[in-house]
Order: sequence, then C-alpha cells, then structure tokens
Amino acid sequence: MRRIMVCVKRVVDYNVRIRVKPDGTGVVLDGVKMSVNPFDEIALEEALRIKERGEADEVVAVSIGPDDAQQQLRTALAMGADRAILVKTTDVVEPLAAAQVFLTLVQKEQPQLVILGKQAIDDDAAQTGQMLAALWDRPQATFASKVELAGAAALVTREVDAGLETIEVDLPAVVTTDLRLNEPRYVKLPDIMKAKKKPLDVVELASTGVSAGETLKSVLVEPPKPRSKGVMVKDVAGLVDALKKKGLL
Amino acid sequence: MSALLPSRRELDFQLFEVLDAGALAGAPRFADHDRATFDGVLDGAWRLAVERFAPHAALADVEEPQLRGHEVWLPAPTRDALRAAADAGYFAAPFDASLGGLQLPWSVAQAANAVFAAANVGFYGYALLTVGAANLLAAHGSPAQVERYVRPMVAGRWFGTMCLSEPQAGSSLADVRTAAVRAPDGTWRVTGSKMWISGGEHELADNIVHLVLARVSGGPPGVKGLSLFVVPKFRLRDDGTPDPQARNGVRCIGLNHKMGWRGTVNTVLAFGDQGDCVGELVGEEHAGLRIMFHMMNEARIGVGLCATALGCAGYVAALDYARHRPQGRPLGERDPASAPVPILRHADVRRMLLAQKAWVEGALSLVLYCARLVDERRIALDAGDAAAAREHEGLLELLTPVAKSWPSEYCLEANKLAIQVHGGYGYTRDYPVERLYRDNRLNAIHEGTLGIHGLDVLGRKVRQDGGAAFAALGRRIASTVQAAAAEPELAPLARQLGGTFDRLAATTRRLVAAVRDVGPERALANATPYLDALGQVVVAWRWLEQARVALAARPATPGEAAFHAGKRAAARYFFRYELPRVGPTLELLDSLDDTALAMPDDGW
Repeated sequence: MRRIMVCVKRVVDYNVRIRVKPDGTGVVLDGVKMSVNPFDEIALEEALRIKERGEADEVVAVSIGPDDAQQQLRTALAMGADRAILVKTTDVVEPLAAAQVFLTLVQKEQPQLVILGKQAIDDDAAQTGQMLAALWDRPQATFASKVELAGAAALVTREVDAGLETIEVDLPAVVTTDLRLNEPRYVKLPDIMKAKKKPLDVVELASTGVSAGETLKSVLVEPPKPRSKGVMVKDVAGLVDALKKKGLL
Repeated sequence: MSALLPSRRELDFQLFEVLDAGALAGAPRFADHDRATFDGVLDGAWRLAVERFAPHAALADVEEPQLRGHEVWLPAPTRDALRAAADAGYFAAPFDASLGGLQLPWSVAQAANAVFAAANVGFYGYALLTVGAANLLAAHGSPAQVERYVRPMVAGRWFGTMCLSEPQAGSSLADVRTAAVRAPDGTWRVTGSKMWISGGEHELADNIVHLVLARVSGGPPGVKGLSLFVVPKFRLRDDGTPDPQARNGVRCIGLNHKMGWRGTVNTVLAFGDQGDCVGELVGEEHAGLRIMFHMMNEARIGVGLCATALGCAGYVAALDYARHRPQGRPLGERDPASAPVPILRHADVRRMLLAQKAWVEGALSLVLYCARLVDERRIALDAGDAAAAREHEGLLELLTPVAKSWPSEYCLEANKLAIQVHGGYGYTRDYPVERLYRDNRLNAIHEGTLGIHGLDVLGRKVRQDGGAAFAALGRRIASTVQAAAAEPELAPLARQLGGTFDRLAATTRRLVAAVRDVGPERALANATPYLDALGQVVVAWRWLEQARVALAARPATPGEAAFHAGKRAAARYFFRYELPRVGPTLELLDSLDDTALAMPDDGW
C-alpha cells in the first residue's frame, strides 16, 4: 500500500474538566489545554504500525481547524507521520463539511486507506468517517478493534452491541477506530525535534471549495446534572424494590 | 477527578510570557529548538503525567515500599512510569547532546518536571535524584567516569542516589565517619553506613549509582576531610555493562517508614560490611563536599520545585471542589428554601483560594526564575562572558536557599488551606489533599532543614563576594520596581516593594555587621525569620513582575482577559496580605532579639 491518510482533530484534552460558559453558549475554551482527539491518536498509531510492518509507504496526517491545530499535527509528525496538511479555518466545521474537505484531500492524495477516530470527544458526533465513505463511494469499517491487511482488502474486527464482528472491505476504504484497537505510543523528545523538519502544508479552507459554518443552531449548553447520592440496599429484594420505586422495573 | 496538575495556561504564562523562554532558542546552545519544541516537551510530559504518574499516586502512598531480605519491593506501576518517562527522553532533556542529551533549556525541563512532581512526587523522586547525580558526574567525573556512568543515567537505564547523612551525622556532615581506603589497583574500599538514602535500593533500573561522602585516612577533620566516591550497586563488566551476578558490597539494611512521599523508597545502607564495597574517587581527595554541593544545590531547587508542584496540585483540587460543592447561602440570604451556592461564593473560601494562588504561583515563578538563571549562566559561559556568568551564578547561590525554603513553607501552608476548603472531607483519605499535605511536609526537612538554610543565607550567601549577589538582586528588583512605577495600577505596589527592599537591605547590613560585633551566635539567632523575610520580598518581586506582564498583555478573548485579571488580583493579594508581614520581622531582626537564645536551660 502506498499511502494511509489519518484525520486528526484538535479537541479539549480529555483530562480537562469541562466548564460551561455562564451564558450557556458553549464550553470554556480559553486557556484550556488542547490535544489530539484520543480516537484519532489511536488511528494514527494503527497507521504507523501498518507502516512499520512494511505494509504501507507513507502516513499523511490531515486536520481542519485554526492555525493552532498545527500543534496537533506536529504531535502527529513527532509520533511518526511522514507529512501533514492543515486545512485552515476558524469557522465551525460540522461532520458533513469535514467529510467534504477530507474528500478533496482524498482525491488529491489518493490514499488506499483512511483511518480516523470513530468520534471526536468534543461533539461526539461519530459521523465524519461514515459520511466520508459515502461521499467517496468506498467501503467503510467502523468501530474497529483489529485491522489486518490482506492484499487488496482489509479484515476489520468491529465492536458491535452483540460482541465482535469481522468484515472484509475492499481497499481503498475508510476505517474508524475504537478504544481497544491499540495503545498509542508516547512521543519521544528527539522525535519532536525531527518532526520540525517534516513538511506541514497549510491550505485555506476556501481553496477546497467547501464552505463551513453552522447549519445546526445550538439552543443551550448546560452542564450535566450532578449525580445524586447513591443508596446501599441490603439484598437483592431490596434492590428490586428500589428499582420498582423508581419505575425502572 | 482529573489529574491534579498545574494548569497549562499557568505554565505557559510563567515560561513564555514572564520568562520569554522562546527567546532562549536564539542562543547557540539551544539553536535546535523553538517554541514548538518547548510546547511538545510540555505536551508529552502532560500525557505521561496523566496516564502513567497521576493514576498511581494514591496507590504509591498506600502500598509502601517493603524490604524483602535486602531487596526492596515497590508497586509495579513505579517501574512502568519511570521507564516510559526515560524512554520518551525526559531524563535526557537537559543534558548536552554529546552525552546523549537533548540540550533543552533547564527552565523548560523544570517546567516539565513540575508536571511530573504534581502528578506523583514519589515516582518523580527517582528522576530528580538520577538527573542530579548525572549532572554532578558530568561536571566533576573523569572522562572515563562520564562515559561509564553518565550516559546510562542520561538514558534513564541506571538511577542515582546521594549518600551524605549517617545515623549520627545529618545536618552536621562534619561528623561523617564512613571511610575509604585505597586498594592496590587504584580503586577504593568503602565501609560505613548511610541514613536517609532515597532510592538506595530497588529494581527499577539496571544499576544504581551511589554518590558517597567518605573519609580518606590522613585527611583533615570536619567537612574539609570528606571525599566523594561513586559506588555502583552492581560491579561493571569490562564492556561497562552491570553484572547482575556481581553485587558490590552495599546492602539495604532497613527502610524508613515515612509520613508521606512514600513512592520514593528511603533506605539505610551498609557499605562494605559483607564483602568488598568498591568505589571510585570523584575529583580530588578531600574535595568531596564542594563537589557534592553541585548536586545538593540542584536538588535543593528541585525540592522547592516539588513543594511548589504539590502546592499547585492542592490548589487545583481545592478550586475544583469549591466550584462544585454547594453549601450554605450568601450572608444576608434569609430564605432557607433558597438553593445553596457553591462554596466558592463565600468570602472566606475565596480568601483561602487566593492565598493558595498567591503562594503557589509565586513559588512557581521563583523556581522557574532560578532555572532560567542556570540557562543564562550557561549562555554567558558559552559566549565567554565570565562576569555575566559569575553574576548569574552568584544570584543562583543566593536564591537557592530561598527557592528551597520558601515554597517548602508556603506551599505546605497552601496544602493546609486546600484541606480547609474541603472541610471534613479534606481530612479523609477519600480526597487527595491530606496526602499532598503529608507529601509536602518533607520539603522543609530534606536537603538541608529550614534552619540550615537560614544559616546558609545569612551566615554565608548575603556576605559572599562582598555582598555582590545581594547587590545584584537589589538591582534586578529595582529594575522591576522602576518599570512598574510607570503604571498607575502598579505604582503603589512598586513603591511598597522598593521601600521594603530598602529596609531589608538595611537589616542585612546590620546583621552582617553584628556577626563581627556581637558574634555569630547572637547575630544568626534569628536567621530563619531573616530567610522568611528575604523570601517574602523575593516572591513579592516575582509577583510584581507577573502583574506587569499581565497588565501589558493584550488579551484576545474574555478568558484571556480574566486570566490576566486574576494575576493582577493575586499580586494585589500578596502585597496586601503577605508583604506587610515583613516589617515586624525586620524590626525583630534589627533588635538582635535573643529571647530564644537566652531562654534558661531549666526554664522549659
């Protein structure tokens, strides 16, 4: 395989305790630590392992977002991606627009495999991979927990409600990653320095011909209700009673 | 609960806005780096800290190290975390490229270290010791010793220790008895026992490199007769690799069971009591203490950094708790049916949080400033500017006891208030703040007790080189004062700091003269309060500098504006609540008060 494309999104770090803006228009992003979406990090790790097994020649990391998203692409380069492309915009990018932008990159880069997280931990939309596959008119294998290449196809084990399901998809294809696919490596400091010499292209969103912006109107953002205190029940009968009282049984 | 790390915004502010670390990349030594590299270093530290260090901090507290025979058992995540940090290059970060290091600025490496220490100070302790021991050997070891010992330590494959204290000789190293005798082959045989040795025995690394102070027969008594030896746990094969079958004669004969900081094992070691303990001399005979100070000074600032990191962790926990814990109603709200407010709404909780912010962020500013002095000194040496290098070094020597002691005192106080904000819950083991307090309590004790540092600063540092370092500090404070005086908001603070420093300088002159006039015992009787006053003035200076930077910032977003407003408020707090306490201390010092000294022996 010649090329794998990995899509990475800049999101609030998973360890940051999210705070909602007092006016309910969104969450506080100022001064908050930002990172690569953890599912995308898994996607990148998988692409790197495929390359390290000698089954791919090049890994290209791509992102859509503000200039600062270069930091996350630098992280991807330090982890081992060969080059990176940022499609720059400060507009809100919803899943469909993201898929449209990635399609333009796919057409330009001609990857045999696109790997991305099954969802981003900021909006949890879980749509971009599927939309990209549809627009590209190629197979998709979502929620992957194992990926094996077999010639012109990939065997992908998926995490589904009933357990595990293995499907074969013809390449090129889109794979979205689940948590158990792998454990991403830590960036090594010498590789951060090497990453500076790797190419990182920045193109304007307008050059892709895709227009972003909000098509959905968000009415109100609220923090989740705090969990109420739990109660200890004595035995199973007590548990059944308690559940009945709550109308859950 | 998220990992209790200082906020990234805070570290970025200290490192890049206050200290302009990005500019370091202009120096030849750091030319391979830029802001993006520094960001990457911090990002990587964050991830390791969150995933490998923080999740095991409570475990390392509960599952204390155990002595099994003469070997030490530690919880398994200890090795995994340190392995991951070493493999990622965090031990190697500050070392020269020629030693396998990454030649990163010390200030950037220390910012990353603050993240590790906040996440799990017990695990971080091994890295602190190893980097310190390697730095000592890189500076004072023979080329062969550097090749043999420093490279594996830089790579994080071997760990280091510092073996100074003995059961009868802690603060007083003059009483050290461990002896070394030269063998016919030019190596040495070390015998004796050492106490309080952190990281003295474990299986976290392929070898342990002990740096041991010992006496060579025929040397002068006291500290001038101490020599320094490097003693590996496993003897080395001819190719330099450790031979796991060939244990050197150093054994762990006991553990100290500590109040906190339990993740770092603390040992009693016996040298040469069963089988030969082979050591190599480092540097000249009888020059051991001077050489050891290379590591001690670094470790002392490292202690200040750990105290600061623990203070930061407590502040983060308390702030989070105060934001989310509903309790009580605003004073004046009489309706018992009204909704309770988060306790952050209450004035006294706000005061306790602002006190913590003022202490921990003031301490962070101080320890990172000291790290920056290390970088500046290095840059000056590379540029052949000996005078500038000497000034940076002198300032660093003067500020070392301050950077060790002030955070140890005030960030412990911050941990106390972090417990207080949590109320009864803070006193339970269900919340992390009591552990942070216990961990932090060590910092005023190890690497020289608070009292020792008082004597060091007043008896030695303010006087050395004719008071050159104190004068240099005065010039730097005056420069900040002058710049701040031009801003109406900061002018009153600038006047207050300028006036307080002048009073401190007068007291310093008086006490220095008193050493000569009434003798050291009386003149230095209140050296600890003197160290406190000096610390308060220095941290007030760091706060004025922070406020100046915050005021000059042109924030692009409301959140940025709020961050900078918070900095200015914390600076005001420090100048309203903390700096005024210096005046009465200086009055006490000026009077050469001898109440404690003169207390009758049978009056207790």
